[in-house]
Amino acid sequence: MSDRLDVRKTYKLLINGAFPRSESGRSYEVTSAKGDFLANVAQGSRKDLRDAVVAARAAQAKWWGATAYNRGQVLYRLAEMAESRRDELADHVALSEGVSKKASQTTVSTSIDRIVWYAGWTDKIAQVLGGTNPVAGPFFNFSIPVPSGVVGVLCAQDDSLVGFVDAVFAPICVGNAVVAIASERRPTPAALIGEMTTSSDFPAGVLNVVTGITDELAPTLASHEDIDGIDLTGASIETADELARAGAGSIKRVRRPNVHGNEHSLRGLRAFVETSTVWHTIGQ
Amino acid sequence: MTERQLANSLLGSMEYDPAPESAAIAKLKSSYGLFIDGSFSDASSHEQFASINPANESTLATVAQASTEDVDRAVVAARRAYDKVWSKTTGAQRSKYLFRIARLIQERSRELAVVETLDNGKPIRESRDVDIPLAAAHFFYYAGWADKLDFAGFGAGPKPLGVAGQIIPWNFPLLMAAWKLAPALAAGNTCILKPAETTPLSALVLAEILEQAELPPGVVNIITGDGATGGALVDHPGVDKIAFTGSTEVGRLIQQRTASSHKHLTLELGGKGANIVFEDAPIDEMIEGVIDGIFFNQGHVCCAGSRLLVQESIADEVLRRLIRRVEQLRVGDPMDKNTDVGAINSAAQLMRIRELTDVGESEGATRYTSSCTLPEKGYWFAPTVFADVAQSHRIAREEIFGPVLSVLTFRTPEEAVTKANNTNYGLACGVWSEKGSRTLWVAERLRAGVIWANTYNRFDPTSPFGGMRESGFGREGGRHGLEAYLDV
Repeated sequence: MSDRLDVRKTYKLLINGAFPRSESGRSYEVTSAKGDFLANVAQGSRKDLRDAVVAARAAQAKWWGATAYNRGQVLYRLAEMAESRRDELADHVALSEGVSKKASQTTVSTSIDRIVWYAGWTDKIAQVLGGTNPVAGPFFNFSIPVPSGVVGVLCAQDDSLVGFVDAVFAPICVGNAVVAIASERRPTPAALIGEMTTSSDFPAGVLNVVTGITDELAPTLASHEDIDGIDLTGASIETADELARAGAGSIKRVRRPNVHGNEHSLRGLRAFVETSTVWHTIGQ
Repeated sequence: MTERQLANSLLGSMEYDPAPESAAIAKLKSSYGLFIDGSFSDASSHEQFASINPANESTLATVAQASTEDVDRAVVAARRAYDKVWSKTTGAQRSKYLFRIARLIQERSRELAVVETLDNGKPIRESRDVDIPLAAAHFFYYAGWADKLDFAGFGAGPKPLGVAGQIIPWNFPLLMAAWKLAPALAAGNTCILKPAETTPLSALVLAEILEQAELPPGVVNIITGDGATGGALVDHPGVDKIAFTGSTEVGRLIQQRTASSHKHLTLELGGKGANIVFEDAPIDEMIEGVIDGIFFNQGHVCCAGSRLLVQESIADEVLRRLIRRVEQLRVGDPMDKNTDVGAINSAAQLMRIRELTDVGESEGATRYTSSCTLPEKGYWFAPTVFADVAQSHRIAREEIFGPVLSVLTFRTPEEAVTKANNTNYGLACGVWSEKGSRTLWVAERLRAGVIWANTYNRFDPTSPFGGMRESGFGREGGRHGLEAYLDV
């Protein structure tokens, strides 16, 4: 046993590519599944969320303005960054979720492989979900999938890494920007992936991760007028209906995997995609 | 002297003689019941209400006011039909029923066109050439999908949702019924359709067609009524899916009311479409397109091009030509084959249009209204163009849903895109330019579900239609339209 005092890290928010402590000056203590101290984590506020939405709105135009090829490169770069920090991720998964070292390594492998999967989708989704439409007239008519815009994600409370990766990178890979509220009790794997995105060439603000108390933050996300869609995976059964109702205020796209099916399909990729159809005249 | 009077004095009258279609072709009954479980029956309350011809305020027929009890009866019928019949009917069989319906619509197209024009007030030219043929085409298109769902891109064996409640508006009554029923039936769902309160008649003729097609009882139920009927359908726990077309205001309520249920939802809501005109646009086609974009169907079109964004360099000329063209529009008897602009669908809608246009004037926009003579009876609004409109004006922000165009200007493509997107809606936009690269550049940046380039208000069963943002979610038409009725 070394007598060196370890340097403890406080996990901070990720907003617009920077790592602020919460503007509220609050933090909370996160423990391992066994109840041991794991880390101090910034306790984000409603104001932090609103800042994150502003950042996401600006970032979304840049992200969608990049080529699909480039978005794939960036996502793959993230997989590379995660691979090089996989032991750190596995430690946090093992402690947070209370699983064995071996199981946590498998979880990390799955999550990295999922990022690679999404990296490959960026330049294929348009051909799978879009196409040309043979209208009865002299028009070239085509439909393309375009992102909904800014998506708010209530991350799964238990599945702290793979659940997070699926929930945020499915909408991101099709061109959305995301404001995610991390798992309240198990936020550090999400915070780590957030850190990695800042060294993977994502435009600042494409992914924002706010840690804190889900029930305090979620209503702000659900009722925010500049959010186009919300994923309510991490909402409790008691609050999910109310949040879905709040989302209706601005006709948000609402994803509720536990209500509308969550089997492995393209649901996640289609959830925050719009179809844009262009008619162009054909003539001499 | 107006331009029309001047032309007449120089050239003699250029008016057409009346060319009215015969109302007798509609073969309307004096009253209609609810179409539930394959036959017509009275509402539980025996309550009837009148469907009015908005062109002359005469009663066309009375229809049943479905109560909560009737809605329940329809849901039970739809569920039984789903469990016992439709879910066991092969895709190939479903396909053939839909083909039959399409053919019957074609065979009774003249009758349907007359019914539609009488009940809605739209010109017979439009119901004859647009509404009815497109409704038939929609059934034809989805008929072909029913036995090919495995290949629709949603994985093998996609499952239907079950019982679908479908609530449609009054602007394209039969066409909206087709947009709802055809994909739902092709995907294997059973349906309860609630037509709009002011335009129920063509859906009831469609019910007769479903009988003729020998569609199994309960697969489609058509219940007439007001908003309370629609509300009961939305709230019914036996419904798996709600599809609604109508205002954003009502769509929001429906989304709220279904939020705590298992119900799937698609919404096709309002719009405030921008029609963007660049200085190099083909001017004659553009003027016709802009006119069609706002005055087609009296402007009762969710995707109407109600905001004209014209490049400053040609704004004066465009406005001058628009006003001249508006003067030439023939407003009047919807049954006349030469009529361009028919009646406003209801007194309530007329009031809303008047209110918003009054606000337009008081907020400082310059108003040009056609000098046409309006019939004395019925609901009428002369085609109107507002110039000098600012983005903050209510007539530039709110959906008027009438024959009223707001004209704004821009200088650069960036400004055009910013102004076009400066709305909570996102249904449709138009772009007019001879420069293809610029058109696509603009199209990429517009937040709208449908973009028409050098054309406007085109519809086709193969082409997905639907909105972004507060114009709703889900698509109707094309392969995409199946997604709204499959558990995928």
